[in-house]
Order: sequence, then C-alpha cells, then structure tokens
Amino acid sequence: MSAGIEVVRAGALTTVQDEGRTGWAHLGVPRAGALDGPARRLANRLVGNAPDAAVLETTLTGCAVRVTGNRPVWAVVGGAPCRVTVDGRPVAWGSPVRVPGGAVLDAGPAVHGVRGYLAFAGGLVPEPVLGSRSADLLSGLGPPVLREGHVLPLGRPGDTPGVDTVPWPGVPAELVLPLHRGPRDDWFTDRALRTLTTAVYRVSERSNRIGLRTEGPALGRARGGELPSEGMVLGAVQVPPDGLPVVFLNDHPTTGGYPVVGVVAASALAGAAQAVPGTPVRFVDA
Amino acid sequence: MSGVRVLEAGPRALLVELPCGEDAEAFHAELLRRRAAGELPVREIVPGARTVLLDGVEDRALAGRLRSWTVPPLDRGEGEAVEIPVVYDGPDLADVAEAWGVAVDEVPRLHARTEFRVAFCGFAPGFGYLTGLPGHLSVPRRTTPRTRVPAGALALAGPYTGVYPRTSPGGWQLIGRMPGPEALWDPGREPAALLGPGTRVRFVPAEVRG
Repeated sequence: MSAGIEVVRAGALTTVQDEGRTGWAHLGVPRAGALDGPARRLANRLVGNAPDAAVLETTLTGCAVRVTGNRPVWAVVGGAPCRVTVDGRPVAWGSPVRVPGGAVLDAGPAVHGVRGYLAFAGGLVPEPVLGSRSADLLSGLGPPVLREGHVLPLGRPGDTPGVDTVPWPGVPAELVLPLHRGPRDDWFTDRALRTLTTAVYRVSERSNRIGLRTEGPALGRARGGELPSEGMVLGAVQVPPDGLPVVFLNDHPTTGGYPVVGVVAASALAGAAQAVPGTPVRFVDA
Repeated sequence: MSGVRVLEAGPRALLVELPCGEDAEAFHAELLRRRAAGELPVREIVPGARTVLLDGVEDRALAGRLRSWTVPPLDRGEGEAVEIPVVYDGPDLADVAEAWGVAVDEVPRLHARTEFRVAFCGFAPGFGYLTGLPGHLSVPRRTTPRTRVPAGALALAGPYTGVYPRTSPGGWQLIGRMPGPEALWDPGREPAALLGPGTRVRFVPAEVRG
C-alpha cells in the first residue's frame, strides 16, 4: 500500500490547503489557500517540506487520520494548540512526530484558536486544479471537504527536517487589524469612519473561510444606491447593507457589489484565522 | 484618458475607476496589451463593471502613470467570436418582452442579432457578464430570486447577459438555455473559461430536440 492518509475522524470542517491559486481572479476563481499562512509554512518546514506543500486545515474540533502503507511518516500538528496522540498515546504538539504505518494521528479540539494544521513529510498530493491543491469552499474547486474514509496520497518525503522545535505564534486575546482606508471610504459618513476605528467589534460565529464577520455598531452610509460590481482583494473590509464589517478571507468572491471601506494588510490575517467567535476586534489606522 | 480615478485598495492593489463600462472595457484591453508586452508587473488584472482592479502591485509609482495613459477606444470586433447555441424558451420571456415593449417572439430575434462581449467575470468560476445590448433593453432583476437556476440558463439582468455555468440560486431573468453547458467551465482545459473577459460572443438559436 502506498503512502497516504485515511480519514478516521473528519472533524467539523477539515480541508486540504496549500498556498492557493492566484492568477485566476479574472475568471471568478477565488484564491483559496490556508487561512493561517505562517502556521502552514512552519508546519511544512518542521517535516522537511517545501513551504508551499499541501497540508490539512482543521476547524475547532481537529481531526484524526490513519497512515496507510507500512512505512512510518513524519507529521506535525501546529496552528491552534491542541492535544495530540498517536494510537492514543500523547505526543508533542508543534514538533515533528513519527507516526508508524497503520497508526492513527489524532489532533484534538483546539484549546485556543480555531484552525489547526497537519503537515506530513512529502505533503498531500491530491490532483491539483488550476495549479493548486487547495479546497475552495466558495466555488467548490479542489479536493472536497474531508469525510470519514477519504484517502489522500502523500508525495515523496524531502530531506530529513533539520529543526525539531520552533516558536509558534500565540493566539491573540484581542484581534488588532491595521486598516488601509479605501477604496470606498467615501461611501460612509464621517461618524461611521470614526466608529470603525474607535469601537470594539466582536468576531461573529457566522465567520467562515470566506469572511470574518463582525458584530458591533453598524456603519452608516453617506450615499445610497448600488455599487457596480468591482474586483475585491484579500483583507477587504466589505460593508453589506446591515452595516457590519466583513473582513474577506481566502475564499472571498473575486468581485462584489458592496462598498469596501478599507483593506486589512494580509500579514494581519493569520490572527483573524485563529480568532474564536466573541474575540474583540479593533480596526486601527495602518 | 479622461475621467480616470485611481484608488488604493490596500498597500498592494489599485482600483482604476472609469466613467462608464465601455471605458472600463477599453482600459482593461489596454492593460492586457501592456502586460503582454511585459510593461505591467502585476499578479491579477480583474475587470469589474466600471473598474479594473490591479492586485499584486509592487510599484508605488504606477498609480500616477495609469492616469496619464492614452487608451484607444474599444474595438468590439477584435478577435474571433465564440458561438453559443441557445434554445430561447426561458420562463421569463414574457416579462422581458414586456420590459422591452415588444412581442414575445421578438425577444430571441433582438437578442440573437446582438454582438456581445464579456466585460468581466464573477459570481462563479466561468460566469461572464456580457455587454452589447443597447441601454433601452436593460431589465431589472427578479424581485424574488430563484433558489435553483439550472446550469446553462441564459439570463438577463440590468445591461448584462449571462449563462449559468452550473446550477445555483439566481435572480436574473431567464430567456433560454444553452445545450451542453459543461463547455462553459473546465478547469482541466486551457482556457478554463469559455467566456473570459474580452471574449466576443454570439448566441445562435438552436433547434429544440426531444
């Protein structure tokens, strides 16, 4: 049996993610890719993979997979901290662990944060679509959301990892998002713009891979009417008619018709990927 | 080009806003020409209704240069036209005929003789917003969107015509259907989208079979 993993417990929402697919937005194809990019790269580094190798991204409840084939596979569980076991025995979180052939690697529910990353030496190699192995939940491109019994092949392992411990970023208790104003800040009242950068919002439980939704004071518009559809960037803070800001994450639509009041720098979005519902959110001028 | 606004969309993107859709299509065509000539190092060029988004912009001085570009008017006859077979039997034909002020059987005739062009994509991979119908043939969206519009549905909304690449909810007015809609989107093919931005399109009435 060739090297791969078989899903034993799929968890709430587990997907395959790499760096995503860029260069296709003009055809309506979202970028997809791991929401916490630094965590994905770190996990890959720890098992000797190229930084862009495909990993599993879990959501709140973790997942469990069995290593198929006879050979052991090096793996690491990072991102949101959780309990990790191999065949029921506790092993280190955030460091490479050797999983024997046939053994089950279980990443438990997140203790802090939302998204866990499971990287395997050799990387996951399902068939790429438009140059990426990422699942895109908006348009359904890429490998499907994991279900029990799914089998995913692994690539050939690279060099033995040279590092075995690295510092993982902590999960912020408060999400501070540096905001570049525009392109449509002129659609909002001065009062709304002041509110946006002074009020405390909270992460809504309706957040997903498309956007981090917020709850808090609604932003009033300075003008009515509809915005003709225009291109959207990662980190765009779009304000739908209910006035509550939505920060676009990796599966965001490529065009949209609600005004974008500002854009959060992409480097701040890893924190957004790990913010549990209820986490306070502050938008600050970049 | 006059009336060009260049807005920042974060630290790495510029949103170029034009006075009308026709100007946006012309500006988009010019951006593609310059990128093909190696003069425009950006990651994504995403046209919209009246805008073009440039994403992955490293050159901060680009905004100033964009404003001073001379852009030739759009040549709508440029490139080979894609022909889409269509059966004009949609459930909203009568509503569209009323909005246009014509008899029901005039709708297919007026639609099929129009030269279309894909202005931009969005909503779903391979869904193009096609322009070409004259302004007085704009139609409103349906007041109540349908929860299920079948793949291949030929639909109108505002100034646009579109063909649904797959089954999805939708609020556009349905005037017909394309047999074999799987041709619209195939990520294993190059190009993946049959109706990418800038593509010329003609709808050819097809015989009803079965």
